Amino acid sequence: MGRFASYPRRCDFTHNVQMTLTHLDRLEAESLHILREVAAEFSRPVMLYSIGKDSSVLLHLLRKAFYPAPPPIPLLHVDTTWKFRDMYALRDAVPARYGVDLRVHINPDGLRDGVGPFTHGSAEHTRIMKTEGLKQALDAGCYDAAIGGARRDEEASRAKERVFSFRSTQHRWDPKQQRPEPWQLYNTRIADGESVRVFPLSNWTELDIWLYILREHIPVVPLYFAKERPVVERDGSLLMVDDQRFPLHAGETPQLRRIRFRTLGCYPLSGGFESDADTLEKIIAEMLQARSSERQGRLIDGDAGASMEQKKQEGYF
Amino acid sequence: MTHATDIADYLARHERKPLLRFITCGSVDDGKSTLIGRLLYESKQLYDDQLAKLERDSARHGSQGEAIDYALLLDGLAAEREQGITIDVAYCYFGTDRRQFIVADCPGHEQYTRNMATGASTADVAVVLVDARKGLLTQTRRHSYIVALLGIRHIVLAVNKMDLIGYDQTRFDDIAAAYTELADALGIRQVRAIPMSGLCGDNIVARSAATPWYAGPPLLEHLETIAVDHDDAGAPFRMPVQWVCRPDQDFRGYAGLIASGRVQVGDELVSQPSGRHARVATLSVGDSARESVEAGQSALISLDHEIDVSRGNVLAAAASACAIADQFAVQLLWLHDAPLMPSRRYLMKIGTRTVNTQITNIKHKIDVNTQEHLAATRLLLNEVAQCNIALDQDIAFAPYAENRTLGSFILIDRTTHATVAMGRIEFALRRASNVHWQALDVGKAARAKIKDQIPRCLWFTGLSGSGKSTIANLVEKRLLALGHHTYLLDGDNVRHGLNRDLGFSAEDRVENIRRIAEVARLMVDAGLIVIVSFISPFRDERRMARERFGDGEFVEIFVDTPLAVCEQRDVKGLYAKARAGLIPNFTGIDSPYERPQQAELVLDTISEQTDALALKVVDAALK
Repeated sequence: MGRFASYPRRCDFTHNVQMTLTHLDRLEAESLHILREVAAEFSRPVMLYSIGKDSSVLLHLLRKAFYPAPPPIPLLHVDTTWKFRDMYALRDAVPARYGVDLRVHINPDGLRDGVGPFTHGSAEHTRIMKTEGLKQALDAGCYDAAIGGARRDEEASRAKERVFSFRSTQHRWDPKQQRPEPWQLYNTRIADGESVRVFPLSNWTELDIWLYILREHIPVVPLYFAKERPVVERDGSLLMVDDQRFPLHAGETPQLRRIRFRTLGCYPLSGGFESDADTLEKIIAEMLQARSSERQGRLIDGDAGASMEQKKQEGYF
Repeated sequence: MTHATDIADYLARHERKPLLRFITCGSVDDGKSTLIGRLLYESKQLYDDQLAKLERDSARHGSQGEAIDYALLLDGLAAEREQGITIDVAYCYFGTDRRQFIVADCPGHEQYTRNMATGASTADVAVVLVDARKGLLTQTRRHSYIVALLGIRHIVLAVNKMDLIGYDQTRFDDIAAAYTELADALGIRQVRAIPMSGLCGDNIVARSAATPWYAGPPLLEHLETIAVDHDDAGAPFRMPVQWVCRPDQDFRGYAGLIASGRVQVGDELVSQPSGRHARVATLSVGDSARESVEAGQSALISLDHEIDVSRGNVLAAAASACAIADQFAVQLLWLHDAPLMPSRRYLMKIGTRTVNTQITNIKHKIDVNTQEHLAATRLLLNEVAQCNIALDQDIAFAPYAENRTLGSFILIDRTTHATVAMGRIEFALRRASNVHWQALDVGKAARAKIKDQIPRCLWFTGLSGSGKSTIANLVEKRLLALGHHTYLLDGDNVRHGLNRDLGFSAEDRVENIRRIAEVARLMVDAGLIVIVSFISPFRDERRMARERFGDGEFVEIFVDTPLAVCEQRDVKGLYAKARAGLIPNFTGIDSPYERPQQAELVLDTISEQTDALALKVVDAALK
């Protein structure tokens, strides 16, 4: 990753050199400031870790924010049991690599009832395993701040959300009554049972994320890079057959195609696309020419206009 | 662009592109969201699926008939689409070959001014939209005032909807002249007026053929080239300490976002307000060691010897440290539905420090239309005022005009935790630092000892007619009989003298209690057992009273008699009058009583006799 001779490397600055902070430097500084505010002002913070590229950047920033001390904030992965195998492999390497406490929660009710996207549909699966699972985990941990990797450029209702976003005791977001958030003064006061969701990557764009991954050599799931993978095509989406749980229709055979993913979630809900981008540089080049947004590959928010807002009000991240 | 060298070139250029943050503001329906939507569309920042979705949404919610409604790109909340208005700020991100942009699209309605101010607080440039048919409106003036208040130096006056007035140059010139006058009054010198149509795309990305008389640049070009001074690095070094990093016994580092200036290894710093000096031993950003760091970086600093530094302190250049004070002249923008009460205490967050504060005086409100100064005793949602405030401790600060980080603050309600105000420090009130506490030789302990008692404040709270005064009287008699020195402060009696000038409005009630609490505190200092009998309906004021006393000195006694019973007794006939509408703001009827949550004693007057209750209080008083 990141083999790139002419790209300016990070270097240590010496005396009296006039330095100009780049766009990425400023984004990084803002995120580190946000993470430190969380650690300083909340008693039980947690970072939601979803294994995707944004989570990888967030984790990298978490380490930087508190270096040389180990991160004082644990990670929480709300596992739906339907992630790609490559994702589990990366996740399991995290505690040793970053010296951080990783907690995994699976909704026990969903597990008992065998909830999955193929049997229950994507909406029901997401509601039970993700949204409900998340609320269970947050309640059980009594977390007063939950850090997430959402960015404002992802979707119109996210573009409206504060960096420190207040949640009621029922985890609900009230978009009409957001706390004013002037300058970089974050109001972190809450009553018992209330909580705050914190989004340190609010001002990053998808392009910034990739440029930063390139600059900082951050490990990401290999599925972002093009490779021959077994896929079936359904309703115009290329779905990867990642394990034996994938129910093939009559006459359907997985084909090897050179694909990659722009966003990652549960494997049956993540559409891949054909690509030759097998390096970070090629991914970035491809992005610059892309004509579709990153959420297009996600099968859960294609419905009504305000659906993400509704999910967020109900407690979705 | 597939060759590695092309990408490398692109990335190198992209990395060095400066960032510009701007807002769009102005009155509702002046076309702010449409303008940004058009800007994104014209600068090819929209993806195919976003466009397709926009077309679908336009057909469903759009206000432009068959045409695309660009506003729907930004009005992402369901309530906004339904009502066709912008409620909260939407942030958008785009770039051109010259610059990266973060746009905050701000709501135009007066009731959402606080959201507009949130967006404006971090902006370099404000694009103020005006409907060419309507000219300057109240919101144009209000938003311009806030833009000036927040210190934004550059304004673009976007005279929009030119298509609807036939691209009339005279009309444009008139509006531009009127606005220049407003900008002059507000002290904003950099104004660029551009004739535009968001709907038709005139003078947004490309110069329009419809306005041959306009010689200036289109909006995007102006935003790409406007010179914005980002350089805080030239100012003296200041860093509010956010977090203390202690991985082991041998290392102690101070983390923070550098507010201004530059520092290098070996420089001498002072920790403020304590005033201890030390030199920089190491500097780092993340895991990378540095020789020097500067404004805008989130850094970690270690010092050559251990001094007491914690979160909330400011590390500053020793040669030019911050000023320190505890009383300030400030400008406040009130952000909450509940009005500002002078004398009530709020939390103030400034930099990384949170302190208790009190607005000691509203000097005047400002009419944002005329900049006229108006007398005021309270401050309502979206109002701006010059105030004096007092803190309960010293802080290191800088006037907002010098340093935004050390001169800006928010106020937080201590009960609801709502962000109720944002403000900027104008200057410190030097008078304050000259009033020192007199150190007295005879103290509270000596005065109490000679009376052979523990001084206390017994604070009775409860509805009118709940039995406070009756029980308080019995308590005083009993204490006197036991040889104690007491004084009873009764709400009604005090109102005849000390508080004769106060009425029953909410702010007068706050001041009423402040004075009572202050008198009670002086009497406790004199060694007395003070009995206060007072409705004191608001939790915040009771807490304010409590905080004037030492541990264990303040005994809150809640006389818990249900409203129905008080009203039935109605000893003074007040409830009947209040019900008849003759007494406004009567507690329990049309003004709330907030029940105590942590009273030391709760007296149930229904199931227990008055004498027995009084004895309970006496026991608590002598404990």
